[in-house]
Amino acid sequence: MVVWCLVVVAILVLVLRLFQLQVVEHERHAVQSDANRIQVQPIAPTRGLIYDRNGILLAENVPVSSLTIVRERAGNLDATLAALAELVDLTPAEIESFQRRLRERRRPFEPVPLRLQLDEDEIARIAVNRYRLPGVEVEAQLIRHYPFGEFTAHAIGSIRRISRADLERLDPVQYSATRYAGRLGVERHYEQHLHGQVGYQRVETDARGRITRVIDRTPPVAGKNIQLHLDLKLQLAASAALGDRRGAIVAIDPNTGGILALVSKPAYDPNLFIGGIDPKSYAWLRDHPDTPMFNRAVRGQYAPGSTFKPIVGLAGLSHGETNWERTIRDPGYFRLPGQTRMYRDWNWRPGGGGQGIVGMQRAIYRSSNTYFYDLGVRLGIERLAPFAAEFGFGERYVLDLPEAANGLMPTPQWKRAARREPWYPGDTVNLGIGQGDMLVTPLQLAGATAILAARGQRHTPRMLLAADAELEELKPPSLPPVPLADPKDWERMAEAMADVIHRGNRGYGQNGTAWAHIGRDVPYRMAGKSGTAQVVGIPQGMQHDDLELTERQQKHAWFIAFAPLENPEIAVAVLVENGGGGSSVAGPVAREVLDAWLLNRLEGPIVAGN
Amino acid sequence: MAGRDFLHRLPDSELAFARKQAWLRRLHIDLPLLVLVLLVCALGLVVLYSAVDGNPDRFTSQVTRLGLAFGVMFVIAQVPPRTLRRWSAPLYLVGVALLVAVLFFGVSAKGAQRWIDLPGLPRFQPAEIMKLVVPMMLAAFLAERRLPPRFGVLCGSLALLAVPAVLIAIQPDLGTAILVGGSGLAIILLAGVSWRLVFAAIAAGLAALPALWMVLHDYQRQRVLTLFDPESDPLGAGWNIIQSKTAIGSGGLYGKGLLQGTQSHLDFLPESDTDFIIAVMGEETGFLGVMALLVLYFLLITRGLYIATRAPDAYSRLLAGSLSITFFIYVFVNIAMVSGLLPVVGVPLPLVSYGGTSALTLMAAFGILMAINTNPKMLRA
Repeated sequence: MVVWCLVVVAILVLVLRLFQLQVVEHERHAVQSDANRIQVQPIAPTRGLIYDRNGILLAENVPVSSLTIVRERAGNLDATLAALAELVDLTPAEIESFQRRLRERRRPFEPVPLRLQLDEDEIARIAVNRYRLPGVEVEAQLIRHYPFGEFTAHAIGSIRRISRADLERLDPVQYSATRYAGRLGVERHYEQHLHGQVGYQRVETDARGRITRVIDRTPPVAGKNIQLHLDLKLQLAASAALGDRRGAIVAIDPNTGGILALVSKPAYDPNLFIGGIDPKSYAWLRDHPDTPMFNRAVRGQYAPGSTFKPIVGLAGLSHGETNWERTIRDPGYFRLPGQTRMYRDWNWRPGGGGQGIVGMQRAIYRSSNTYFYDLGVRLGIERLAPFAAEFGFGERYVLDLPEAANGLMPTPQWKRAARREPWYPGDTVNLGIGQGDMLVTPLQLAGATAILAARGQRHTPRMLLAADAELEELKPPSLPPVPLADPKDWERMAEAMADVIHRGNRGYGQNGTAWAHIGRDVPYRMAGKSGTAQVVGIPQGMQHDDLELTERQQKHAWFIAFAPLENPEIAVAVLVENGGGGSSVAGPVAREVLDAWLLNRLEGPIVAGN
Repeated sequence: MAGRDFLHRLPDSELAFARKQAWLRRLHIDLPLLVLVLLVCALGLVVLYSAVDGNPDRFTSQVTRLGLAFGVMFVIAQVPPRTLRRWSAPLYLVGVALLVAVLFFGVSAKGAQRWIDLPGLPRFQPAEIMKLVVPMMLAAFLAERRLPPRFGVLCGSLALLAVPAVLIAIQPDLGTAILVGGSGLAIILLAGVSWRLVFAAIAAGLAALPALWMVLHDYQRQRVLTLFDPESDPLGAGWNIIQSKTAIGSGGLYGKGLLQGTQSHLDFLPESDTDFIIAVMGEETGFLGVMALLVLYFLLITRGLYIATRAPDAYSRLLAGSLSITFFIYVFVNIAMVSGLLPVVGVPLPLVSYGGTSALTLMAAFGILMAINTNPKMLRA
């Protein structure tokens, strides 16, 4: 009887316990049970495509099967990896970057990629062995692919795997299924439009995370496609024109500001970063002395040298400090009143040199330093700097390239703040020929050239030509023309720049500086200006050639040009790092780019790189 | 022949019933016990059908085993209790010998050495038959002494119990050791130990807990720790208990319906057709379904204890009581562990969990109960 009572009590304990679980705590357990089986899965939207102006795909999405592991389900990871290694080739680098991603912040139960791009055989082998590979999944996904690889790398930028820093910046909801985001260039600037909107599906999964059925689904909205002003044929031609030299080319349509080509060399294949670049290759790219990942076209800052002279000239004309008739005597150097320091012309020789009588036009086509030293001093920094700024120097003058550097338009205020030194008259002298502290990017110089070509009309340089959506970048605020006292001076300056190319057969000291190099056989009228940017200072009394300079101390070669002269369709700036003479080195490159645009525009098939 | 006269005075309908009773008695069948066992088995098979989801072979094999077990029950019911008593000591010695043999020649599965291969026999667990043999031995041992037992006799019976219990515990098979130990302790209690001694023993037991902790295997310690804090390792040791509580709790009052349990059918619940089958039942049939099963179990145990009180002799009384209490321990330990009241030990839910061996011993125990209840009162010791 006692025993029976104990049995009754014990069974009552069980009844109470079950009552507690099933009635009192029912809600909680029911919720937990649903949470077990129902998972909300975000679905990544398909990224928008990027086309060139002729509709050629520059950035597309290609399907790949990737191997991923869900850490929370993998159990013994080392055993799983060892089993996988028997089925597919895993490089130590792949395993290393997998381990690194494992340690990074990530969502629970998020599949961590181990290897991208499995082939059919590997997929089959994994499928057969799936029972002993817990947590291992083969995921079909779309990844970004740049068909023209390094040829468009610096022009359109690229996406990268979303990093810890990106997570702070990006909307965690919209990016809950997205693994890559625009890191550079157009891909970054238009990230919001290219990305699209995340979708969701609620799925029922079993304990191993396998989906048993889809309960409901909100499809993602694909990103918007965009079309660029970029012309792939011109891009490839410009790339070929530059060859293996370090440098940059930016070509702009002066009538729209559209960037037709944007080349920076050396470049890199952005597709490497999407598959997960191995640390060795990355270190090679990062540490290479030629800095292939550095976008010289938009971030490289150099002294403009003589390419700045047309702008100084226009400033002098507009401010009435000179006119087309006024001439000076050029002894081969310039001296500030009361000083002995000589500011030399490029053809200065000890005891001789000089170009004789020089007016504005001749100062342009012969690239007279003395004339512009003098003109710079006449203008003064207070008038020269604001005028130059009208051409976009020292400020951001591009619509949609986020990395673009601003260069430097030096002013007394800047010098006081940055150097804690006063502005010396000598600074103005150097500025007259684009030397000294002034820095411009190839993109800025191309933008200024486009303004010269458009006779003062300004269209902010831009990559975007069209898009599936109404983007504000399609209708940027229009800028007023650069003010000039006498607008006819635009035309005369263009003529003077045309002389740089076309004025020839006139005898020693009378030809355009670029005529001998590129001007003899141009089938159209083009305007241009060469420039060299000094990399090291030249001491007083010495000539450039006297110095034993290493390759990297050689001057940078510049050439700006636009054509056709009367109705320009293209303006270009070419930079060859440590190239030497502007006319001889950068000039032919600029000519090739103009030829490609004006002569061969509709010829020849496009062959995809990679 | 007074009984016959008595029968003649009953109304016809009751007479027919009484005749049937007599007929059943000749076949050594206890009708209430049989009906209750059949009901539990039927309910169990319904739940099992859902629990083995997508594996009809497992279901039919369980039906076959239960049929076989019923056969064993009927056969054992024919064995007179006195024969059982005579065989108690030899069976005990053979059983202990087999347990020792398991230690040396046993077959390992899942980290425990529990099985033995004897030529000509299917592979079996000697520990399983000890669930019957130990109560038989102790009942025989105590029935020959004056009751309530003196202290020396008590120590002797505890020794008889300790040897097999320890041998089983070190296999390790904590679940069976608990059941065997429980059956033995039940007999000692039933034999009439003073409550003072019982409480002293409980106190001593509690005092010995730290020592017990030292001898537990790591996985057993883990199970105990998990009981108190399953969330400490939700994907590892705590997984079973979290999932079973979730399954039971999410069933609510009426359950999700047969075959509708998401916890079991989506494989969140491990061991869903064996030790954790009550969780499937809780999820699919709800509080009411589990209550129905508990009521059946309770009636079974009550009937068993009732048989014990009516047993003709001390041996039968002790044995019947012990077997009933062992059955109760099965039920209690299993449901308590699945619902998170006790650490996880390997105790199946009697007559419901998938598995042949335990069904066989349980049915054999019911056979013994039937034999005790249907044999004439004789051979009073």
